[in-house]
Amino acid sequence: MDSALIPDGAKRCSFPVFAIGIAAVGAVLLWGVFAMFLIWFKGLNQTNMNDYYGFALWIWADLAVIAIGGGAFFTGLLKYIFGIDELKNIINFAVIIGFICYSSALLILAIDIGQPLRGWFIFWHANVHSMLTEVAFCLSCYFAVLVIEFIPNILENKQLIKIPFLRHVNHNMHGIMAVFAATGAFLSFFHQGSLGGVTGVLYGRPFGVREGLLVWPWTFFLYTFSAAAYGPTFTILVTKAVEKITGKKLVKDNVIRLLAKIAGWMILVYIVAKIIDTIYWANVTAPQLGFTLNDFYGHGFYRIWILYAEIIIGGILPALILIFKRSRENSTLLVLALILAVFGVCLNRWVMVLQVMAVPVMSFDQWAHYFPSWQEIATTILPVAYGIILISLTYRYLPVFPQEQELYPETIAAAKAEAEAKVQEEDAKKA
Amino acid sequence: MKQEQKHGKTYKFGMAIDLDKCTGCGSCMVACMSENNVPFKVDESNKKDSISWMKVFKLTNGKSFPDTEICYLPRPCMHCSGKDSHNPSPCVSVCPATATDTDPTTGIVSQIYTRCFGCRYCMAACPYHARYFNWWDPKWPEGMEKYLSPDVSPRMRGVVEKCSFCFHRYQEAKDKAYVEDRDEINEEEYQTSCTQACPAGAITFGDLNNPSHAIHQLVKPDPHHYGKPRNPKAFRLLERLETNPKVYYISEKEWVRKSGDNYLEGEWEKVKNHHG
Repeated sequence: MDSALIPDGAKRCSFPVFAIGIAAVGAVLLWGVFAMFLIWFKGLNQTNMNDYYGFALWIWADLAVIAIGGGAFFTGLLKYIFGIDELKNIINFAVIIGFICYSSALLILAIDIGQPLRGWFIFWHANVHSMLTEVAFCLSCYFAVLVIEFIPNILENKQLIKIPFLRHVNHNMHGIMAVFAATGAFLSFFHQGSLGGVTGVLYGRPFGVREGLLVWPWTFFLYTFSAAAYGPTFTILVTKAVEKITGKKLVKDNVIRLLAKIAGWMILVYIVAKIIDTIYWANVTAPQLGFTLNDFYGHGFYRIWILYAEIIIGGILPALILIFKRSRENSTLLVLALILAVFGVCLNRWVMVLQVMAVPVMSFDQWAHYFPSWQEIATTILPVAYGIILISLTYRYLPVFPQEQELYPETIAAAKAEAEAKVQEEDAKKA
Repeated sequence: MKQEQKHGKTYKFGMAIDLDKCTGCGSCMVACMSENNVPFKVDESNKKDSISWMKVFKLTNGKSFPDTEICYLPRPCMHCSGKDSHNPSPCVSVCPATATDTDPTTGIVSQIYTRCFGCRYCMAACPYHARYFNWWDPKWPEGMEKYLSPDVSPRMRGVVEKCSFCFHRYQEAKDKAYVEDRDEINEEEYQTSCTQACPAGAITFGDLNNPSHAIHQLVKPDPHHYGKPRNPKAFRLLERLETNPKVYYISEKEWVRKSGDNYLEGEWEKVKNHHG
């Protein structure tokens, strides 16, 4: 039915099967969209946030998707600036994941603000000293870069590439992509860092505050580095998930292992920096403000285990698995490391948002409690459903994985034979 | 005849609350809500999403009967001065849309409701929980809207609000001084509604820069240390965070003064004589 749009030589499931899959995920998407409109029309009273918990699930989701979406800028940096050519086989997909993550973040932000129609005030009345202003500017600009990086892949659709103008646009855009990759890396450095600065500059919140360099708290650098380190692990994890669902190998092992190895070393360096930061904060920063580590990790869900889980289970363990060749090349251990890494960075963002709000600061205050409402959960799942649909559509209609044809020569041969048969049939008709 | 606008004097308005006098009656809260058109809900049982610019906290010394002591601590916005010019009050420095600012002529931390777009970053930044979000549309029972103050604009759903030190009263006092061709406003001309409503006279309000004002004499602010009180019985909440509030508390009781901040084991004994 839609074979005219499917890339040459690519084998895809039948359209009805595809449509049923999209409809199932679409139902979840609609649930999220319903919740989104409910919030837009009725206001943030639809959430379980309160005056103690002004930042909650959505801010975590924003920080988390931007961290795991960091694979786009870092893979682009490695490919176009550092010249690691093998990564051309995964860069398209990294860009698509980045696009999904960043568009999701912008959508969540639009839901999260109390007066969505005034969202543009952040640009118009910008306070240059606010980390959130820096986030808004760099995030919007970087999203534009991601759109530019995504366009050539869209133009490679079988029908679009037939149009001469679009073919030329595609060709020329490929030629200047290094410029956008560099711009993307530059912008990402700032917005990832600013997101780290969001809690790092809160000098009224001893759990979140960090000392730093000039106007940037240490979390600024930690967030940038962690996004570069952990982002590629999410890119690989989603690639593995797509391979599992489609039952096909889409990216060669050498590419996956190379990126995994780089990510492993990056995570190790990051986690060492994170440990140093934690030790300094726990022994110098917090005590200066009258707090001990026990004051921060002594209530309900927020116990000291959360710190160990983040550093050891979500940091050291995946780093070691990815660094050592033997464990990296074991597919089960590789997937385990990827899951742990994504868990680790998401937990870090959770702690740096939700625990900051939970910890009492005034000596006579109490721990704050929060559990999201169904509307918050639905609107947080909404981007996941949207991401699955977009990945499904791009996988079906665009040549996302350049190595797919190389990995399945028999399908190319079959497609070529089919095409030749068609030509012969047409020739015969003409004759 | 039209008078030429003169550059007026600059003030640093602040508040001192004598906790030994406070009975926890809540008059300050009621007066504040009434004066500032603070909206309320039909069901106010969830205190974490109801608005109360002036909130009274209950403190105890943690001892069991018969040694139990309690203290009520009214908490308006602290109108923090902040660490330095690069780090003004915790909320002002983070607001992405410049919807909150410190007025250099009064030291009052303002909130521009029509510019706030409800990101709530300021709420996350404030350790005193002095900032409130309008989770709901402001609604008053039928007829009650006629009792709203015409001097204070009601706030819409989706924006943050907080204590303004009854800024409209300052504007009125300034207008009066202008008409009477005075540069300065007098101490009694500008008083907040909570100050006037307190039956125990626990709240003192005035210019921290003016040695003739009662508040200055009470707390003896040290201008070389961001207004830190020199009165040993006075303290500010969370002094160690360097938010430098313009709201001071006074108490004879050591445990009350200790409750004003966080101390590691043994620290209080070393600092209590310096700190109050």
